[in-house]
Amino acid sequence: MYRIGVDVGGTNTDAVVMVGREILAAVKVPTSPDVTTGLMEALRQVRKSAGIDAASVAMVVIGTTHFTNAVIERRHLSETAVVRLCLPASQCLMPMVDWPQDLRSAMGEHIYLASGGMEFDGSPIAPFDPAEISRIGAEIGRKRLTSIAICGVFSPISDAYERQAADLLRQACPQASISISASIGQLGFLERESATILNAALAALANRTVRALQDGLAACGLKCPLYLSQNDGTLMDADRAQRFPVLSFASGPTNSMRGAAFLSGHQNAIVLDVGGTTTDVGLLQNGFPRQASTTVDIGGVRTNFRMPDVFSIGLGGGSIVRAEDGLSTVGPQSVGYEIVRRARIFGGDVLTATDIVVAARRAAIGNPDRVANLDVRLVAGALQVMQDRLERAVDSSRVSADPIPILAVGGGSILVPEKLGDTLVTRPPHFEVANAIGAAIAQISGEVDRVVSLEGTTRETALASAEADARRKAISGGAVEESLVVTEREDVPLAYLKGDATRVRVKVVGDLQV
Amino acid sequence: MRYLTEADIEALEIGAAILGTGGGGNPYIGKLRTLQELRNGRSIRLISLDELNDDALVATVGGIGAPIVSIEKLEHGAEGVWAVQALEAHLGRKIDALAAAEIGGANSMMPMITAAQLGISVVDGDGMGRAFPEMQMTTFSIYGHRSVPAVLADERGNLVLFKHTTSEEWFEKLARATTVAMGGSSVGVEAPMPGRYVKRAAVPGTVSQAIALGHLVLAANRQHADPIPLICKQEGGVHLMDGKIVDLKRHLRGGFSVGEIALEGIQAFSGQRGSIVFQNEFLLLKQEGVVRVSVPDLVVLLDVDSGRAITTDVLRYGQRVAVLGLPCHPLLRTPEALKVVGPAAFQLHDVEFKPLRAA
Repeated sequence: MYRIGVDVGGTNTDAVVMVGREILAAVKVPTSPDVTTGLMEALRQVRKSAGIDAASVAMVVIGTTHFTNAVIERRHLSETAVVRLCLPASQCLMPMVDWPQDLRSAMGEHIYLASGGMEFDGSPIAPFDPAEISRIGAEIGRKRLTSIAICGVFSPISDAYERQAADLLRQACPQASISISASIGQLGFLERESATILNAALAALANRTVRALQDGLAACGLKCPLYLSQNDGTLMDADRAQRFPVLSFASGPTNSMRGAAFLSGHQNAIVLDVGGTTTDVGLLQNGFPRQASTTVDIGGVRTNFRMPDVFSIGLGGGSIVRAEDGLSTVGPQSVGYEIVRRARIFGGDVLTATDIVVAARRAAIGNPDRVANLDVRLVAGALQVMQDRLERAVDSSRVSADPIPILAVGGGSILVPEKLGDTLVTRPPHFEVANAIGAAIAQISGEVDRVVSLEGTTRETALASAEADARRKAISGGAVEESLVVTEREDVPLAYLKGDATRVRVKVVGDLQV
Repeated sequence: MRYLTEADIEALEIGAAILGTGGGGNPYIGKLRTLQELRNGRSIRLISLDELNDDALVATVGGIGAPIVSIEKLEHGAEGVWAVQALEAHLGRKIDALAAAEIGGANSMMPMITAAQLGISVVDGDGMGRAFPEMQMTTFSIYGHRSVPAVLADERGNLVLFKHTTSEEWFEKLARATTVAMGGSSVGVEAPMPGRYVKRAAVPGTVSQAIALGHLVLAANRQHADPIPLICKQEGGVHLMDGKIVDLKRHLRGGFSVGEIALEGIQAFSGQRGSIVFQNEFLLLKQEGVVRVSVPDLVVLLDVDSGRAITTDVLRYGQRVAVLGLPCHPLLRTPEALKVVGPAAFQLHDVEFKPLRAA
């Protein structure tokens, strides 16, 4: 059976057909404004190129930045009721306090604080009060709001009260889609709450989008299930994707890194994903991107998603090259996707980073005669600038002085020289569609992040219990039990807290049951 | 006397993080709360030590507890007010002004919030001029004033009065146990003292100092200028090196994050080597094996490009940092102070404190 992986990017929609570890076909088509048309075209072409019929496709996995863009552009967001379980704590700052005003207004400021938060050890700050939640539900119902976010203090330790609140609110507002924070984020209240609110606000859009994608598949004669790829490089099924759109926010960089790992066979490496305007730099650890430990800003909102620790530098194939006072500069301004018209080698009049590598005979694309007479010092200077910035980016991604492979992927990766520092750069085959391949090979995960007291128990028991819960989560998500492996496992004793309070985090990953 | 503006509070967040020398907790939530007080029409009145009345009663206020709890369970918001009122009831008189025990990091904001709510003044000075890991490491305590009587408050309105403890260490121990029982975080109002003592024992001008530092960094960022030489000039500090972290060892000891960083010089400092020891805060910088800066002088790590402070919890291999040595206030360099906040107090027994020499 075949798997199809698709990356719906801002410029191109890429699709690949895979069977086992083999890549049968890869195509690139322009992304359409409605997403679906471009997707259908990519699916049609890639199936034709691979020569396979619709019935033999087992699954389609899509990676998309659609939901991220909706937040950034403030489009298609629903008014959302926010129910915070916290009282008497956490009254000092209201939900969305640090959001940009326009985005906060889009949510409608329907804010309710109730009891039902927890302490770090899972005991209640104040008892959960069902009557209080039902009263809130009645008011949300009267306002006819259709999306609700619930966030309880220390809910990553136990989501019992968030779930009870969700049940009560569902009775009062049967039409509403409800997001609870324990399913979405980690410890760090304001950031998790913000992520939960964004998720709830995206629910209606997610619903429409996922259904449109499913319709697109059906129109192509594909009857197989549809999956979306998540921030951590694992899959969610169409139902889950409708409920957790925020979990796809960083799927783009994650997929390209996972794809690079697959294509090169390296599980530990630094990945440079070179696009038209920027290069994303990240670190692969055991085949997965290293996760960011700090907050991530999306559309002006601080969140603490499980996001890959990827940073961007302003260097891509379309970066504009200038000579200033005898010094060459490269970027951050770029001609972006217009490179196919505006770069010198493509007949344009803008000198880009791509022109430089063609002038230096490091790549043979476009018309090299158009850059034959460039000042050699300008070319050498620009190459040196690119080399320095890439080496610096690679250095910042290292976690130790040990040698580590460097992988270059993405359409602009011809900019990357043969060697960075002492390391030879690997450019795996199919590097230009690493993203879609990352989507095609996505797996299923389960994760637990909580603070436990080691009083009367041991560190090993606590980790084992967290692992068992993480496994249960993965299996309920569709993972094959036998394929599960632990990818993250850590325990951090917490300063100042007696009773041996320890933060425990375990993540398992496995293959999808097909 | 001056009233602080929203821009001052934004600057304070940055400056307090720099004076935090890698520790002190993140001032972000405190900043949001302080801005909110201003937007709600309250004001923050900052008075210099000179303007403080000799007979005025001043207390310190700050959050106590594990940073993970303070970012997950936010405060009710009135804890500081409740604790001040409870202490006033015990003392039978009004508290006239509040001060930070610790200007470095998150606790820089607590006096602003509570004083704004109560309509009283904030004293331009604190007990550290930086961040330290333990409560008794304040100049107020070093020069003979006791932290008790003190009141700890939680979000439920529980108020615990410490009428008397037999030593500062006992107060630290009991306050910590109380904080854990309160759910891992509390707000403490401590060390009520007369204005005349504060004038003598407080590290002076540290609130304005932190705000000025923040304004300096923000202005440099806006003009795409390098803030580092400006910071050194303003603080009488030394830009000791720019380096890349080439090794990072970290472990937990007695509830503290303890470790050591190795640095390799970059750019103008290429070829040099340095190492830094930390325990929540950066304590010591050695260059070529020789101690260049040690606690209580400030070892400050800044992002090479932005000039923003780097804290010990986000250190990582390959990071490019600027290392600055900033002189601490003379009040922290006396023999009595060095006993409590000198190298030996951090188990650095082979290090003798030598004041940082300005370049």
